[in-house]
Amino acid sequence: MAKVERETVVGEGTLREFLHDMLLIRRFEERVEERFRAGELPGFLHVAIGQEAVAVGVCRAMEDDDIFASTHRAHGHTLARGSNPRRVMAELYGKVEGVSHGYGGSMHLYDLEHGNYGANAVIGGGLPAVTGAGLAFKMRNEPRVAVAFFGDGATNIGTFHESLNLAQLWRTKTVFVCENNHWAESTPGWQHSPVWDDMSKRALAFNMRSIKVDGQDVEAVYAAAREALEYARSGEGPVFLDIPTYRMHGHYIGDPQVYRSKEDREAAAYHDPIPRLRERLGLSEEEFDAFDEEAHRVVEDALEFAKNGTDPQPEDALKNVYA
Amino acid sequence: MPELTYREAVRDGIAQAMRADDSVFIMGEDIAEMGGSMGVTQGLLDEFGPDRVRNTPISEMAIVGAGIGAAMAGMRPIVEIMYEDFLTLSLEQIVNQAAKHRYMSGGQVTVPLTIRTQGGAGWSPGAQHAQQLEAWLVHIPGLKVAYPSTPEDVRGLLWTSIQDDNPVVFFEHRLLYPVKGEVPETLEPIPFGKARVVREGTDVTVIAIGPLVHRALEAAKQAEEDGISVEIVDPRTLQPLDEETLVASVKKTNRAVVAHEAVTRMGFGAEVTAVLQHQAFDYLDAPIERVGAKFTPLAFAPVMEQFVVPNAGDVLDAIKRTVGK
Repeated sequence: MAKVERETVVGEGTLREFLHDMLLIRRFEERVEERFRAGELPGFLHVAIGQEAVAVGVCRAMEDDDIFASTHRAHGHTLARGSNPRRVMAELYGKVEGVSHGYGGSMHLYDLEHGNYGANAVIGGGLPAVTGAGLAFKMRNEPRVAVAFFGDGATNIGTFHESLNLAQLWRTKTVFVCENNHWAESTPGWQHSPVWDDMSKRALAFNMRSIKVDGQDVEAVYAAAREALEYARSGEGPVFLDIPTYRMHGHYIGDPQVYRSKEDREAAAYHDPIPRLRERLGLSEEEFDAFDEEAHRVVEDALEFAKNGTDPQPEDALKNVYA
Repeated sequence: MPELTYREAVRDGIAQAMRADDSVFIMGEDIAEMGGSMGVTQGLLDEFGPDRVRNTPISEMAIVGAGIGAAMAGMRPIVEIMYEDFLTLSLEQIVNQAAKHRYMSGGQVTVPLTIRTQGGAGWSPGAQHAQQLEAWLVHIPGLKVAYPSTPEDVRGLLWTSIQDDNPVVFFEHRLLYPVKGEVPETLEPIPFGKARVVREGTDVTVIAIGPLVHRALEAAKQAEEDGISVEIVDPRTLQPLDEETLVASVKKTNRAVVAHEAVTRMGFGAEVTAVLQHQAFDYLDAPIERVGAKFTPLAFAPVMEQFVVPNAGDVLDAIKRTVGK
């Protein structure tokens, strides 16, 4: 596969693409929230509104052959990595056309063609596998990297510590992306971690290289992710990306957030990465609206596609249990 | 035919698979220089080197989970969990991850992972080093489960496990490691879901797994002295389960005993019993008997351990109950 040369310093054209992606994710998730509240979507869903710069900055920095594993908050990573919005939406509707053919749902988006090894609904559940994939790349001497997304809440579970330890020990081709949105469901960082405001200290314990970057600045996230990926790709060892960010909405759609102050929510909204990028690009209202309209158009198209998708047959539930 | 111990047969199976395919590698606690706590992997480090024979930290979740990720990325890892009691530490990875990736992805992902472990009582290890937990794993759709009882079976089934595109939990038994048996000159893969009739008989079928196959053989010899002809069937893999062979045998003998070392209650034998009563109900001349450990953790003191764990005498008693002797 031909490798696209990617610059560390981002040109304006690339930044505009980032804005496109971030707006797509934002409008996608807003529409998903709205449809969920309307009772149209089964199960339950988690949106990452406010965290789009992390998804886009990291996923855009990956090479085509790199792989990643995501979390219960996976729409952004999946879309940023290039999965078809129609197929992502169709999965949320439980349709055969969905990225996981209706077997997964929002919390289990898979798309191997786009390097998505699966979104995981168990906190920290995907970290060991990403370590193992990074080990496979290392053993086979392949220029590929395995990327794990997880939140600050995951830094307290055993798989996190076991995975970071093993990855550093064996210098696997892995990048650990800690999206520190300062909330483990309803529990604030200061209640769940002694290092909640500096997750890099976790990496320090494993002698792992870490890079801290502002998660609301997509350009900075991209540059940091490039650096981390190249380091891991070289076989030097894994990297821990410490990315403080903001979850502008609740843990799940419909979460009344009784645990969260108005000030905290306002602060999160204040750090919205999209206006920030718009300002960075110096876009006029008209120019921004053009981006926004395009995002809405893609989302509406995806919605239409998903609603008209094919329902699986009930007995399809018995397929895919074994290879 | 050459003779190998069960331990040597496992080792040979691993080595042959590693020679045949570069994507096969093994990792686990103390498996390299030490050769494993049971000596199973001795010599593998010398032949294959530290890249493919990996000592791990004491991290059962990461051992299994790294195996899962490597498998998804195209390797065929063998991971060793030193004692099956420690499987409990990695159950999240086995149950929620390994067993479900293929399903949740709608068939995109394959996880060709072999999870080897061993356990079993009979040497006073106490309550945390000898449990038999196969029933926990066989309850999970997406996993395959093997529990071989002889050197020939363990080698042939291990080969099949490694080649299988699904996660396999592969149970070995500590007391079986020194047991010798003939094996074919050239490794013969044994298909999953194919039971073995260990001994033919006409009066009662004993369906036994692991060490209980051997204890059933002892019991059968004693039963013969009392004029009872015992057939023994070893399913070898618990998932998939060769229901056909089990049912056919019971239809022939009209009586059944199900025997394993695990606790009887909710054990694998309960499922076999259900299969038999459903598919051979009209053929049964006696209630199906179950043999297993008493419902208690394993005690340390040898006299207590021996009291809890089923032996040949327990199998014989069950056989006699089915024939009304």
